[in-house]
Amino acid sequence: MKRREAIDKLTGREAYIDDIAIAGVWWGCTVRSAVPRGRIRDIRFGAEIDWSEFVVVDHRDLPGPNQVAMIENDQPVLASDRVRHIHEAVLLLAHPDRDRLREARRAIHIEIDEEPAIFDYRVPPPADTVQHGGDNVFKRVRIDKGDVDAALVAADHVVEGVYETGAQEHVYLENQGMVGYVEDGVVTVKGSMQCPYYIHAALRHALARADNEVRVIQAATGGGFGGKEDYPSVLALHAALLALKAERPVKILYDRDEDMAATTKRHPARVRHRTGVTSQGRIVAQDIEVLLDGGAYVTLSPVVLSRGVIHASGPYHCDNVRVEGRAVLTNAVPFGAFRGFGAPQTIFACERHMDVIADELGMCPLGLRRKNLIQDGQSTSTGQVIRDGTDRIEILDRAVRDAEFHQREAADRAFNSTHPYLRRATGIATFYHGAGFTGAGETYLDSRAQVVGLATGEVEIRTANVEMGQGALTTFVKIVAEKLAVEPDRIRVAEVDTFHVPNSGPTVASRTSMIVGRLLERGCDALCATLGGDWTGDKFERELLRWHAEHPGQELIAEVRYEPPPGVEWDDERYEGSAYGTFAWATYAAHVEVDLRTFGVRLLDFVAVQDVGTVLDEVLAAGQVQGGVVQGVGWALMEECQFVDGAMANHNLTNYSIPSSDDVPPVRVVFYETPYAHGAQGAKGIGELPMDGAAPAIVNAVARATGARPAVVPLTPEVLMRVMGSA
Amino acid sequence: MTILLPGTLTDAYRMLSDDPDVTPVAGGTDLFAHWPENRVKQSTTYLDLSGLAELRSMRWTKSELVLGALTTYWDVVTDARVAAEFPNLVTAARQVGAVQIQARGTWAGNIVNASPAADGVPVLLAYDATVRLGSRDGVEDIPLDEFYLDYKKMRRRPDQLVTEIRIPRRTYQRAWFEKVGPRKSQAITKVGVAVTVAGETWRIAANSVAPTVCRCPALERYCAAVAGAKGQPLTSPSDLLPAIRSDVSPIDDIRSTAEYREQVLARILFHALNDAGV
Ligand SMILES: Cc1cc2nc3c(=O)[nH]c(=O)nc-3n(C[C@H](O)[C@H](O)[C@H](O)COP(=O)(O)OP(=O)(O)OC[C@H]3O[C@@H](n4cnc5c(N)ncnc54)[C@H](O)[C@@H]3O)c2cc1C
Repeated sequence: MKRREAIDKLTGREAYIDDIAIAGVWWGCTVRSAVPRGRIRDIRFGAEIDWSEFVVVDHRDLPGPNQVAMIENDQPVLASDRVRHIHEAVLLLAHPDRDRLREARRAIHIEIDEEPAIFDYRVPPPADTVQHGGDNVFKRVRIDKGDVDAALVAADHVVEGVYETGAQEHVYLENQGMVGYVEDGVVTVKGSMQCPYYIHAALRHALARADNEVRVIQAATGGGFGGKEDYPSVLALHAALLALKAERPVKILYDRDEDMAATTKRHPARVRHRTGVTSQGRIVAQDIEVLLDGGAYVTLSPVVLSRGVIHASGPYHCDNVRVEGRAVLTNAVPFGAFRGFGAPQTIFACERHMDVIADELGMCPLGLRRKNLIQDGQSTSTGQVIRDGTDRIEILDRAVRDAEFHQREAADRAFNSTHPYLRRATGIATFYHGAGFTGAGETYLDSRAQVVGLATGEVEIRTANVEMGQGALTTFVKIVAEKLAVEPDRIRVAEVDTFHVPNSGPTVASRTSMIVGRLLERGCDALCATLGGDWTGDKFERELLRWHAEHPGQELIAEVRYEPPPGVEWDDERYEGSAYGTFAWATYAAHVEVDLRTFGVRLLDFVAVQDVGTVLDEVLAAGQVQGGVVQGVGWALMEECQFVDGAMANHNLTNYSIPSSDDVPPVRVVFYETPYAHGAQGAKGIGELPMDGAAPAIVNAVARATGARPAVVPLTPEVLMRVMGSA
Repeated sequence: MTILLPGTLTDAYRMLSDDPDVTPVAGGTDLFAHWPENRVKQSTTYLDLSGLAELRSMRWTKSELVLGALTTYWDVVTDARVAAEFPNLVTAARQVGAVQIQARGTWAGNIVNASPAADGVPVLLAYDATVRLGSRDGVEDIPLDEFYLDYKKMRRRPDQLVTEIRIPRRTYQRAWFEKVGPRKSQAITKVGVAVTVAGETWRIAANSVAPTVCRCPALERYCAAVAGAKGQPLTSPSDLLPAIRSDVSPIDDIRSTAEYREQVLARILFHALNDAGV
């Protein structure tokens, strides 16, 4: 099937928020704090500007609570008396001319009496930097399985390691942008987003409006990767506030500099491992500590931490596991959702640590993994018994075969012993990723989707899930078309507009195809039930037309609600039970070449083998894997957010490098398809999984090629030089 | 913003001497990189050089290759004769930005932009290029090696245009250029080095290791001595460090560290010399 919006995108006809002309629109911009923490003393408006031309909004213009509704409502929409991070929004301006707006922004001086701030999440906060609770800890999570202390004492070996991962910028192609306007008394925002109903809730809360007095419409969205999960709520509130005060539409578009400076990034993390192993390589105890830098406000840190902690022990069986997780405050621009959501950080640590353990035991890293991979009937750290029929050993072996691990090892050894400065090796990572919301999250979301039988004989899909480049539109159409055996061009997808589509939950957490796709299948069943039979194809269309003939002017809407799969239970107090409905499993292999002149790492080959359940669309699925791997390559080797006082100093694409096509070899993708009974057509989540495996596979390869023990990403050449002690 | 469109070089000289605040534009790839955010901070009168036929040509004389001021990287990349005689020009040009930048960006713009990271400058330096400056008062030739005074400071008056870059034709036994950046292409140089060897004469020029792109005379002497078997043979990259430290002064900045730049420069040179059997 052709991708739905392909032609529009290829021809430039697709209208992103920047492209949508709106009559009478003014431009909005944000005036931000230049200091990391302090008390606002004064705001001076330069005399060189005629301020009567401008609309100026501050915290006093909020009709409701000055809070961005999220997990904890601790983040103000606009700072009132204090700021907690550089680039925190203090004022909003609107004007018809963008150049004048830029000049005006420069003419505003926010005077702030600075207070002590904290930037290093790894050190205990000095008393005068405590800003949340008694200790700056946003969230604690703990997993306890078996008796870790006793098992560590009894183990033949205990291997320790500390691993650190850096922040990462999403670099979606389209910067954040939103327009706000008031139409028939309804505050409406339209823009680039992943989660229309999160924005809806945020508008309701801070603008103190009823459900039907706010409306959120998604415009074509040029990439999200989690960056448009939480932040658009802030931006939407800003656009709405300006529109309310200006009494006309106001559009805010961030340029790349502002987008990279002021919006969220992946959480930096430090993970410690203390692992008890037998001499034969059986893991008997995992003692793990996970620490996340949350930045200045809570945002999504608790749930990022939760996913990170659950994935921290890896796809291995162990009877004794303790994971202690904390997310802490620093005066950095808040960190937020990013593809993988905490799991890439802890999986990097776990998989790098597996190679270190193998080293210490003098074992082959493949053998160590084979011995410990979860088998059906065994359980994860939360006690979730895995019985999904996936052959995890075969996934590993397939990657080893396709990457020619053993043949290359011999060839690389010969090459390395003769080449003056190039060193090659293959590294692997085995991992898993839980699909959908964590724990009882999907039940709380209570998602609803609609399949509508139109009077034209066509079918309309109504969900709040967005196309953002990943192909959700195409996948949804395919699921419904195949279910009803009708042509894809007989299926429409409703514009994502909270006035017209039900809340089917956010487009995050690898949940869209699996969970919402499954809702659509059930919606088709419900539709057919109304039509009185299991109709398909032409017969379905005839029955649909007949229904409309018999019910003129009526709508035929089949709405279904999420129902948790049987046996899925989660104890959020004890972190026990089914953390996810299902997991996708994978082994990635990276063949690298390290240049000892420059300490640069070049990828020679990459093999990605995974079981993601039924593959709904081969091209889109492979695209998800390849894209995720490339994002992982960037995180592993070059994407370095350089923070100065909690703000990114290199907030532009001149000094923040993402991989170019020259930096990535073809990514060879292999799928195994063990169907999952509760996903659309048997699909599990796929979107985040590929982000998890590239970094550990690559860094393991670098370690094997050089004999060094890097424990950090991004492993930039400067860092590798230091690790290798060559300086 | 005003854009002046001179029809002839004489017009251009007049416009420049009439108003010292006028900024010449060639490809615009440096000047407009941060458009429009920096607009207010920049001069708002531009002199568009692109219509000046006098600056377009790339020509050969008996003793020189002459790059007119509007010669782009792409002009060089697509010229087989340049590739044969001055391979470093092609090697460097192919590593500037991507094709779009190579097609618009000029060698003269690269010189006058005066970035310490400029990739065109080290290869020109290692080929002993000369910059010809023109103004209403006449022309002046300055060896590129003497052109830069300090960070972004150079021997060019605001009323002068670079009209030509002149490169002497010599027989080189060896010429190579190495660029190290944060990724394989579309990258800003963290450390780069151009080397030529003509008979006993070595030219080594490095970028991103000092306030300006610069020649490395101590390294040149050291390498010439080693090559002429007059010095100690090289045993490790650190043998080169004393000469490097006397030639360049790298710093820690947003793109790399001083230590890395120094080490990598030593390592690249060491292995290149080894490869060459020096
Ligand atoms: C995406 C991107 C990638 C890039 N990659 C690289 C790279 O890899 N390596 C690299 O070295 N550079 C790179 N650059 C920088 C730039 O492209 C080069 O420096 C280029 O050579 C500049 O030439 P230009 O003709 O575009 O200069 P312009 O932008 O037109 O001018 C640059 C400066 O030179 C002055 N000037 C230009 N011509 C003359 C003249 N004839 N007489 C007097 N003054 C003059 C201008 O007034 C201005 O100050 C990149 C730029 C971009 C946007």
